[in-house]
Amino acid sequence: MLHGLRAGFKLRHHRPMQTMFDRIWDRHVVAELGDGWDLLWLDRILLHDLSGGRALRDVAERGLRVPHPARVFATADHAVSSAPGRTEGSFPRGGALVRSLREECARQGITMFDLGTGGQGIVHVIAPEQAIVLPGVVLACGDSHTCTNGGVGALAFGIGASELAQALATQCLPQKRPGTFRIRFEGARGPGVTAKDMILHAIHRFGADAGTGMAMEYAGEAVRALSLEQRLTLCNLSIEIGAKIGMVAPDEVTFAYLHGRPYAPKGRDWDAALADWRTLPSDPEARFTRDEVVAMRDVEPQCTWGTSPEHGAAVSGHAPRPEDARDSAQAAAWKAALDYMGLEPGQRLAGTKVDWVFIGSCTNSRIEDLREAAAMLQGRKVAPHVTAWVVPGSEAVKARAEAEGLHATFRDAGFEWREPGCALCVAANGEAVPPGARCVSTSNRNFVGRQGTGARTHLASPATAAASALAGAIADPRA
Amino acid sequence: MTPFRQVSGPAIPWLKPNTDTDVIIPIQDLLRPGREGLGERCFARLRYREDGSENPDFVCNQPPWRGAPILLAGENFGCGSSREGAVWALMGMGVRAVIAPSFGDIFLANCFQNGLLPVRLPMAAIRRLAAHGGGNASVTVDLERQLVIAPDGEAIPFATDPRRREALLDGLDEIALIQRHAAAIEAFRAQSEAERPWQ
Repeated sequence: MLHGLRAGFKLRHHRPMQTMFDRIWDRHVVAELGDGWDLLWLDRILLHDLSGGRALRDVAERGLRVPHPARVFATADHAVSSAPGRTEGSFPRGGALVRSLREECARQGITMFDLGTGGQGIVHVIAPEQAIVLPGVVLACGDSHTCTNGGVGALAFGIGASELAQALATQCLPQKRPGTFRIRFEGARGPGVTAKDMILHAIHRFGADAGTGMAMEYAGEAVRALSLEQRLTLCNLSIEIGAKIGMVAPDEVTFAYLHGRPYAPKGRDWDAALADWRTLPSDPEARFTRDEVVAMRDVEPQCTWGTSPEHGAAVSGHAPRPEDARDSAQAAAWKAALDYMGLEPGQRLAGTKVDWVFIGSCTNSRIEDLREAAAMLQGRKVAPHVTAWVVPGSEAVKARAEAEGLHATFRDAGFEWREPGCALCVAANGEAVPPGARCVSTSNRNFVGRQGTGARTHLASPATAAASALAGAIADPRA
Repeated sequence: MTPFRQVSGPAIPWLKPNTDTDVIIPIQDLLRPGREGLGERCFARLRYREDGSENPDFVCNQPPWRGAPILLAGENFGCGSSREGAVWALMGMGVRAVIAPSFGDIFLANCFQNGLLPVRLPMAAIRRLAAHGGGNASVTVDLERQLVIAPDGEAIPFATDPRRREALLDGLDEIALIQRHAAAIEAFRAQSEAERPWQ
């Protein structure tokens, strides 16, 4: 009780010189556990087909019930087929997971955005789309790209199966407070530069483990100028810089995006929420554990060349030469990556022949991503040797795109227009890029085997992916 | 959770940086329920050839390190996906402690949930441990004393978060621990819902 009252005291008082991250964290401390640990209240928990059903069964097997089912939302995304006209039976092993999730959600009274209901989609696409995630909330999900949701100014993080069961059973999680790492993107975006290029540039510059033990905040003129959907893309790759959490301060762009969405507060609640959300951003004098500046004049459209998201380069650039590595370990890692990717040291990226193009994933499958790609494709044709897929992030994105006629643009160009899900980002649904094939992908991970055994992944923006599909080779979207 | 106190045995030298959890366990192996058999699939893309036979060049298939309880790794081990199956697969293959300069945050949390001990040491120390090489050179990881003992007797201290260390030594149950705060949780919920009903 004492802890509850103390936390309540923090709820009412705005402490100056605080980061947004620390302010939201402090508002959610149920009890201090010592040694830097706090018991955190979770406003929202998200579930997906790959681990959701199992986690709910784990809770039930302990003889427990989910105490706050109205704070939990589920969908099917990882293991569902993206084939046109798909059903849950199209990929039978995934169908079993979807049915299990559906049954367990029904048993607990949890809302599920099921296949074909108009609301299904990639969990980190539908949470902002439905306004399930709001500024200032703490949200957890058994998926590492939960950090995406920080784009609305929430504190959102991924967890494993054990923590997910704990969260579902108690609506709380013991967590150790991470440090804070701010990256300010100063200056204006150059031609063809998207949020995807900004974050890939940052991962390349600071390294894939720079954010380990940190919560990221992205700020600066170029971030303020991003749409809400682009901010989600920016935060999505926080885990690829090593951080569980990535955030952008909420502002008028955020509020305009959320207003009127299904789970957004209404009427007087909206007014009160708005007043509260305006108090969230980091104070001007707030100190971060690490603070860096990226000058936007240094950020060009990006394309990764290797097997870690830190293996980045400008799409106009080259794969590296191992002799230029900082030490023998990096040289060995670069050599192994070049071998796997089938690239020569120093090879020019643009012009490298491509077999597949994938536009989709929780990184880049929202309506603006599809518009960006479609604008590039208008009246043009995908190179005949390229298999090109577009997988909208949700049923709502798909419906919106079809209302705008984007599906026709994609199909006329030679893209397959498919059904929402994670699809080729994670290859857990029976779909995969074939061994040895080279794929320009708008997803988030170029790991060995990620898109299929032996698949070679180049991460890029939707515009760069579309340009590459047309050229049949890695291509600069500015060309 | 399996308690952890001390483990001794050969230490697999796998010093590549950025070993992601997709490499540790392919997602396709996590579509079926349960943890049984995941040890066989640990590092499957490296451990087996296309025809399914063992790849003799992969270190975990080589005699001194087959089934070894300690893994020496490079920076950012366990980065990427949150899949806890990566921890279950490593433990299923016999690994009880991973020594690396840094770990992916979610993987690190998952290790402690299951009794797999992640030990942070500087890369130079890990290279020294790896240099002792094959044969029957045995490394000891002692959580009570927070020491790694090299085959030549060098004792290398390491730090573990005190809360995590206590949980590992005692094999504590986290849900039971959270439930001790039931009254505070309920008070927090009521107050939070009153102050921010939209949240």
